[in-house]
Amino acid sequence: MAIGNVRVEPAAPRAGLRVRELLDHERFLGPAFVTPALLLLVLLVAYPFCMAVWFALSNSFIGRPSHFIGLQNFVTLWGSDSFRQTFQNAFVFTGIAVLFKVVLGITLALLLNEQLWFKRMIRGAVLLPWVIPTALSTLGWWWMFNSLYSVVNWSGIALGIMDPPGPNWLGQKYYAMSAVIAVNVWRGLPFFAITILAGLVSIPKELYEASEADGAGPAARFWHITLPLLKPVLAIVVLFSTIFTFSDFNIVYVLTNGGPINSTHLFATLTRQVGLESGQIGQGAAISLYLFPVLAMVVWVQLRFVRRQQY
Amino acid sequence: MAVRRQPLVRKVLLHLGLLPFLLFAVFPFYHMTLTSLKTDRELYDRASVPLVISQGPTLEHYQKLLWESAFLTWTKNSLMVTVIATTVSVVIGTIAAYALARMKFVGVGAFGTGIFVTYLVPTSLLFLPLAQVVHWVGLADSKWSLVLTYPTFLVPFCTWLLMGYFRTVPKEVEECAMVDGATRLQALWRIVLPMAIPGLVCAVLFAFTLSWNEFIYALTFTSSSEEITASVGVTSELIRGDIYFWGQLMAGAVLGSVPIVILYVFFLDYYVSGLTAGAVK
Repeated sequence: MAIGNVRVEPAAPRAGLRVRELLDHERFLGPAFVTPALLLLVLLVAYPFCMAVWFALSNSFIGRPSHFIGLQNFVTLWGSDSFRQTFQNAFVFTGIAVLFKVVLGITLALLLNEQLWFKRMIRGAVLLPWVIPTALSTLGWWWMFNSLYSVVNWSGIALGIMDPPGPNWLGQKYYAMSAVIAVNVWRGLPFFAITILAGLVSIPKELYEASEADGAGPAARFWHITLPLLKPVLAIVVLFSTIFTFSDFNIVYVLTNGGPINSTHLFATLTRQVGLESGQIGQGAAISLYLFPVLAMVVWVQLRFVRRQQY
Repeated sequence: MAVRRQPLVRKVLLHLGLLPFLLFAVFPFYHMTLTSLKTDRELYDRASVPLVISQGPTLEHYQKLLWESAFLTWTKNSLMVTVIATTVSVVIGTIAAYALARMKFVGVGAFGTGIFVTYLVPTSLLFLPLAQVVHWVGLADSKWSLVLTYPTFLVPFCTWLLMGYFRTVPKEVEECAMVDGATRLQALWRIVLPMAIPGLVCAVLFAFTLSWNEFIYALTFTSSSEEITASVGVTSELIRGDIYFWGQLMAGAVLGSVPIVILYVFFLDYYVSGLTAGAVK
């Protein structure tokens, strides 16, 4: 172990010397401590990112030398129906899914913030979708949306909400999009609920007591105390979720693989299809770079506003 | 009397309000498990009720999965990749986080921002060029490619999480130790790390979960049955052509989740605190 090799230094005779020694240590130890992480980020994150940019500007194809072609890939993409459809899907998918997660997440957090029986068990159940491997739990949903044996349709028909045989969830474009969004909400809701709950717990009780004394009802208290004080937490959760929803791969890949007729493709799944399955690395990379502006925007907002409030 | 009954009515209503959320969260797992335990005859009988097992449970699908597919190999791969990637990432993350939380040196601010930015970079942005890198270093279709690439998202996560924990350890305790003659490394090992154990447990749990659940890299960088992980094996190898073996597929999904569920049951509170720390700190 590294500790064994380190010499225990005798206490310095004067305080001034001791401080300088410490500083020297820091100047040397600090960079040494971050080097492994830095190397990793440069070689396996920054460098591949530059490669993606190069690919996107070239006519790269699996097993062929590539040449610089400028923005040709992006122009070609805008001419293809599948890409334009994907572009639209990405915004519809992200917008609706995040909206549902915010509304349901706040509701669920408010409920969890009350005195409950079996509090621990309830929390455990709520968080479960978030810890299980998404690819595997999505298989479960795939079976639940199966065209012949769908338990969703069976329940809907049994409850009298659906006419037999019920919708063909994964075979029709609007239903397929709803299914993909539903699974994304299912999987992302725990993150919203638990994080918002942490925000709720930190709101001082006195504020509620004071406003109650002033005669404010529950709705007024929610709008004038809870919501404004939750804003910072909500902002972070929404930003994080926007990136991860926008760049989602697992759910769409397992549930629909982009179909029917590209109606559920997202940038990540189309990247795989174009860049790996048909071997057009250049175009695939160009598609994946569409994730970048959203990433950049979220990082910018986060660095500029959200983190500033904490220091 | 009425005053004391009011909260009870309210409490019952609250629980009723929670019920749809709980059903939504848990039902897919219930249905998955149920399906994996049904006989094929019942599974494909459209007249039977899908919510219960009426013709007796069977372990046939699990037996087939374990002895007739390569499921055990996939699980072993997952375990190996996850354990190595987690260990490496937590070590690298710990020292980087300590430097960020405690030390002043040239470029520390830029490095902190860099860590934060990579923490947000989605894996789906980089899998295409990384596949090329993996190919160059000679790890194409090898599980070691995953050991190499998983730290790219685990290290930023661990660093960010642990930085928050290290900041909560009072500086004075450490300075005391150093005045008494301990070196920086000794102070970190003997004083700071023991005090940050909850944070380390959190980092290990999350790194383990994130790499066990990782899908897109595993799907892209590995393909042969001896090298793939559990998630990839179940989703790609158990689906043959147009005929799906739903019982076996669901058994695979259930068993592939078991390691995470075990961790989860024992460390629920750490999951809750880590989840909020990752976002709020």
